[in-house]
Amino acid sequence: MSAILSSPANGSPDSNQASDAAPTSRIRRGGRGQAGGGHGHQGPAGSDTTRARGPRESPLSRAGALIVMLVFTLYFLIPIWWLFIASTKSAPQFGNTPALWFADFNLFENIGQLIAYRDGVYLKWMLNSVLYAGLGALLGTLFAAMCGYALAKYRFPGRDAIFNVVLGGVLVPATALALPLFLIFSQVGLTNTFWSVFLPSLVSPFGVYLTRIFAASSVPDELLEASRLDGAGEIRTFFTISVRLMFPALVTVFLFQFVAIWNNFFLPLIMLRDETLFPVTLGLYAWNSQVNQIPELRLYVLVGAFLSIIPLVITFLLLQRFWRSGLGAGSVK
Amino acid sequence: MSVSVETAAVSAPRRRVRPPKLVVQHKKAIAIFIAPFAVLFALFYLVPIGYAVYQSLLVIQRDGTFGQAREVFGGFAQYVQVFQNGPFWQSVGRVLLFGAVQVPVMLGLALLFALLLDSPILRGKRFFRLAFFVPYAVPGVIAAIMWGFLYSPNLSPFTAVTQNIDFLSADLVLWAIANVVTWVFVGYNMLIIYSSLLSIPTEIYEAARLDGAGQMRIAWSIKIPLVMPAIVLTAIFSIIGTLQLLAEPQVFRTFSSAVSSTFTPNLTVYTTSAIPNVNLAAAFSVVLALATFILSFGFLKFTQRKDDK
Repeated sequence: MSAILSSPANGSPDSNQASDAAPTSRIRRGGRGQAGGGHGHQGPAGSDTTRARGPRESPLSRAGALIVMLVFTLYFLIPIWWLFIASTKSAPQFGNTPALWFADFNLFENIGQLIAYRDGVYLKWMLNSVLYAGLGALLGTLFAAMCGYALAKYRFPGRDAIFNVVLGGVLVPATALALPLFLIFSQVGLTNTFWSVFLPSLVSPFGVYLTRIFAASSVPDELLEASRLDGAGEIRTFFTISVRLMFPALVTVFLFQFVAIWNNFFLPLIMLRDETLFPVTLGLYAWNSQVNQIPELRLYVLVGAFLSIIPLVITFLLLQRFWRSGLGAGSVK
Repeated sequence: MSVSVETAAVSAPRRRVRPPKLVVQHKKAIAIFIAPFAVLFALFYLVPIGYAVYQSLLVIQRDGTFGQAREVFGGFAQYVQVFQNGPFWQSVGRVLLFGAVQVPVMLGLALLFALLLDSPILRGKRFFRLAFFVPYAVPGVIAAIMWGFLYSPNLSPFTAVTQNIDFLSADLVLWAIANVVTWVFVGYNMLIIYSSLLSIPTEIYEAARLDGAGQMRIAWSIKIPLVMPAIVLTAIFSIIGTLQLLAEPQVFRTFSSAVSSTFTPNLTVYTTSAIPNVNLAAAFSVVLALATFILSFGFLKFTQRKDDK
C-alpha cells in the first residue's frame, strides 16, 4: 500500500520546490526515505552539516513534533481501521471479539451477502453514486472551466457583473438550495427522478472562481495570439491548448465537485422516494435508521460503509499530484 | 478575492490599447463558453432562490374547516412566524455555539499540522499528510454512522470510556457531532494551508535564519502572516458548513434521542417541509441563506479591514 501512496507524489510541487531551495529542503528529502517508518531518531547524518547556519532545533522539539503527529495519526486512522475490522467479522463475532483486531476473516462472505440482499440494491446505489458524482463532476468541471476561461481571457460588457454573481454563488451553500430546488422540481413534476439530483450537481460556482484565477495566471495571452495567427478558432484553441495548461486546476475542480456530489445528502434526501434512485450515502442512511427494527442490517451498513469509501480514497490518491498543485493556486489568491 | 481582480486588471491592458469604446471580439466564442454554465446557474441557483422567496410570501387559506386550500399572498406573515419560532432560534444559537468552538479548534489543529509538515523538524511528512487527509474521503453520513458506533456504550472498541461517559447524552451530543466534523475536515483544511505555505519562496526563511530566527519564530512571524488569506478562506467555508449542518445530526437521531427534529436550522427546514408546510419551510430557508451569506461576507470584510490597518 505505501508504495502506491508515495509514487504519484514524486512530481508534486513540494518536491519540485524543494530541489531548488537550499538547507531546509535537504532535510525534507532526508525524511522522505523513511516516510511512514516514523521513529524518533535524529535526521540522517548529512543534514546536520547543511543546517549549520541557523540555530539548531533540539532533539526534544523533533521528538515532540513526531509524538504529536503520531497521536493524531491514531485519531484519524483508528475509526477507519475499526470499520475495516468490523466488516471482516461475522454478525455474532461483531459483539463479542476484540473490536480492533481480526476474528475469523469473513469479509468476502459479508460482501457476498450485502450484494445479494434485496436483489443487489446496494450495487445499484453504488452505481447511482458513480453516475451522479462521476458524470456530474466531469460535465460540471467542463462548464465551469469554459466560463472561468472566458471571464479571464476575454473583455466584454457584463464580465465583472457575471463574476460577482458567481462569487455570491460560492457563498450560498448547496444545502441552502435543496428546498428551493425541491419546490421548483415539484412544479415541473420532476422530483423523484434521476435528473432532480443530477442536474443541480452540474453547477460549480467555486469551479468558475478557481479556473478563472488559474486561467489568468497560467494561460499566456501571447500563446493565444500565436494560435490565432495560425488560424485556429477560439473554441479549438481552448480545447487543444488552454485545457492542457489549466489541467491541474481542472483536476482540482473535478475532485472537489466529485466529493461534493458524492457527499451531498440533503438534496437526494429531500428529492428522492424511490429506493432504486438513491446514492449510496442515502441508502446506507436509510438502512442505518432501520437497524433497531431489522438487526441484520447492522452488518450490511458497516460493510457497505467500508466499501463506499474505497472509490473516493483511490481517486484521491491516483490524482493527488494534480490536485495538490491546483489547490495551491486557488488558496494563495 | 481582491487579488484575483487585480491580476485580471494587470493582464487586460496589454490587449486593449485604445480604451474608451469597448470592441468585443470573438462574441460567438464567448457566448459558447459562458452559455452552458450561465443557463444551469440561472436554472438551479437563481430561479430556485427567487421561487423560494416567492413561496415564502404565500399563506394557505381555507374556506371553512374542510374547504379547499388555496395559496394567497400573505406578505411577511411567514417571516413573522419564523421570528416567533422558538425552536428555530434555539437551533441557530446551537450551531453558532458549535461554530464558535469547533471552527477555531479545527483550524488551529489544521494550522499546527500544516506548519509541522512544512518545517524541517518533522520526518515522515508524506505519510502524515496522507493519513490526516484520508477522513476527508469519508462522506459525512458514513463518518457519522461510524462514530455513532464508536460512541455507543456497548459496541464501541472503547467501552471502558463510553460506559462511563455518555457521548450521546443531551449535554455532550453536540460536541460528539463536533468531533465527527473535526475528524473529517482537519486534513482538508490542513492541505489548503499547507499548499499555501509551499508557495512561499524559501529565500525568505534563509534571511530569517541568518538573522538567528528559530523555527518557532519563523512560523510565528513569517509563515502565519503570509498564509493568512488561506486561513481566512478555510474559516469562511467552515462557517458556511457549520450553519448548514444537517447530515451528521440527522444520522445521530438514530443513535441518540437527544437530537431533536429541530436540532439544527437545516433539520428544522427539513422537518417543516415534511409536515408539509412548504411556505414556512421556504421562509426558514431564505432566512438561513441570508444569515449564512451575511456572516461569511461579514467575516471576509472584517478580516480585510484588519489588513488595511
